[in-house]
Amino acid sequence: MKILPGAITVGWQAYSVALKSQLIHFRMKWSEFFTSSVGKKLVMAFTGLFLISFLVVHVGINACVFADIYDDTDNGKMFNKAAHFMGSSYVIRLMEIGLFIGILAHIVQGYMLEVQNRSRRKQGYAVSMGSKGSAWYKKSMTLLGTLILLFLIVHISHFWVPSRITYAETLNQATYNGVEVHDVFSKMAEVFSQPIWVILYLLGCFSLAWHLLHGFQSSFRTVGVHNKKWLALVQSVGVGFSIIVPLLFALMPLSFYFGWVNNN
Amino acid sequence: MEHYTMNLTLKVWRQKNSNDKGRFETYQVSDISSEMSFLEMFDVLNERLIKEGKDPIAFDHDCREGICGMCSMYINGRPHGPWHANTTCQLHMRAYKDGDTIVVEPWRANSFPVLKDLVVDRAAFDRIIQAGGYISANTGNAVDANAMPVEKEKADAAFAAAACIGCGACVAACKNSSAMLFLSAKVSHLALLPQGEPERKTRVLNMVQQMDKEGFGSCTFTEACEAVCPKEISVTNISRLNKEYLAAGLSVDK
Repeated sequence: MKILPGAITVGWQAYSVALKSQLIHFRMKWSEFFTSSVGKKLVMAFTGLFLISFLVVHVGINACVFADIYDDTDNGKMFNKAAHFMGSSYVIRLMEIGLFIGILAHIVQGYMLEVQNRSRRKQGYAVSMGSKGSAWYKKSMTLLGTLILLFLIVHISHFWVPSRITYAETLNQATYNGVEVHDVFSKMAEVFSQPIWVILYLLGCFSLAWHLLHGFQSSFRTVGVHNKKWLALVQSVGVGFSIIVPLLFALMPLSFYFGWVNNN
Repeated sequence: MEHYTMNLTLKVWRQKNSNDKGRFETYQVSDISSEMSFLEMFDVLNERLIKEGKDPIAFDHDCREGICGMCSMYINGRPHGPWHANTTCQLHMRAYKDGDTIVVEPWRANSFPVLKDLVVDRAAFDRIIQAGGYISANTGNAVDANAMPVEKEKADAAFAAAACIGCGACVAACKNSSAMLFLSAKVSHLALLPQGEPERKTRVLNMVQQMDKEGFGSCTFTEACEAVCPKEISVTNISRLNKEYLAAGLSVDK
């Protein structure tokens, strides 16, 4: 009978060692949750979806420039007032900080993933798969993202910097019902009178369209949408979104360049 | 289909061992029957090499029935060759015509080091399975199989995922050398069934952790894996895996 407690003790020790190693094995801190290969993609997807929601707001506000097509006396009034609202509300200014954090996270994580993923195959193939199996834009998200980033640098220096920082020297003022606002509309007219910027903005919209065509549906799939019904919805909405939003953006420089909207 | 014979030029990757740099070598093979399988064509070539006193080409194979997942050639820029939903052993020479040049390479991924010629070490997949690709079964009398109801759709989806033979073509095709199609098939197979429920959370977290340790890349949904998978495993499984990971990662009490 003396053997039994000993055997039980040894058994229990082995069991608790096994249990402990198992517990340590599936420990999941927040840092670990977001830094695994799946976690990193979750960061890309969540920031991507956040940026998609920003695009809705951005295209909506900027579409106010088209008011001049329907009312020739608008001269950018609707757009300037909308831009003033976006710039003068502290709530929105705080959200703007969140937006910059989101963009930076998406860019930094994107490049880090690309470098990491490329390093997973040190020796490549003599005959590459090419586009057998997957479309070019699905494999070119980093390239398309880089083009968008280059566009963003120009875009931010064209409009965000003048309306938030250097407005005293760079922007005219417009007065509506006694309220003085930045005349960003005439700044747009000035920038988009030059063909080089119009072409650059069109290229930016083109890159955005292809980036969205993959990114929209891929981000939903990364966060776990696998239900056939929802996936079909996400995919068709994604195609629509990737065409409509960049097209509306592209119409803005074109409308100024061809004089469809103007401030006289 | 009419039987015919052909002469072919083969460019095959030769590598003595994992430390060797490796190089392509060109072989001319003649009178190859259109009814031979791709591996039988290699058998013919190897017999000739042995007779000539040369080292035969090492390649993986086992069942030659398309169900074991051992064969692993990257043929003319595509894992398992040109046919859809097909393994190398089930590829037949009628896919080629007289005078063709065929380039044959091993799977390329850091996690699948070349052992010799076209043979790669896929033990990384075994270690991922060991990390959680199982269920617990209590000892005692076997439970009646019909005592546990399983929804037909879920049983079908689990079966479709379980069809994965772990050949590694998904890794070979992926630009990121990601093993996510393989992992997602294994996780989905068990997550869809009530038998997989007890280890549901730890399984996905442990298997993802092991996959990362092995050095596979991450999934960017290019769908190249699905296009080359001999068992037509759907990328939908990857979304399911991500959902399992998200749910487990957020709710596990650790």
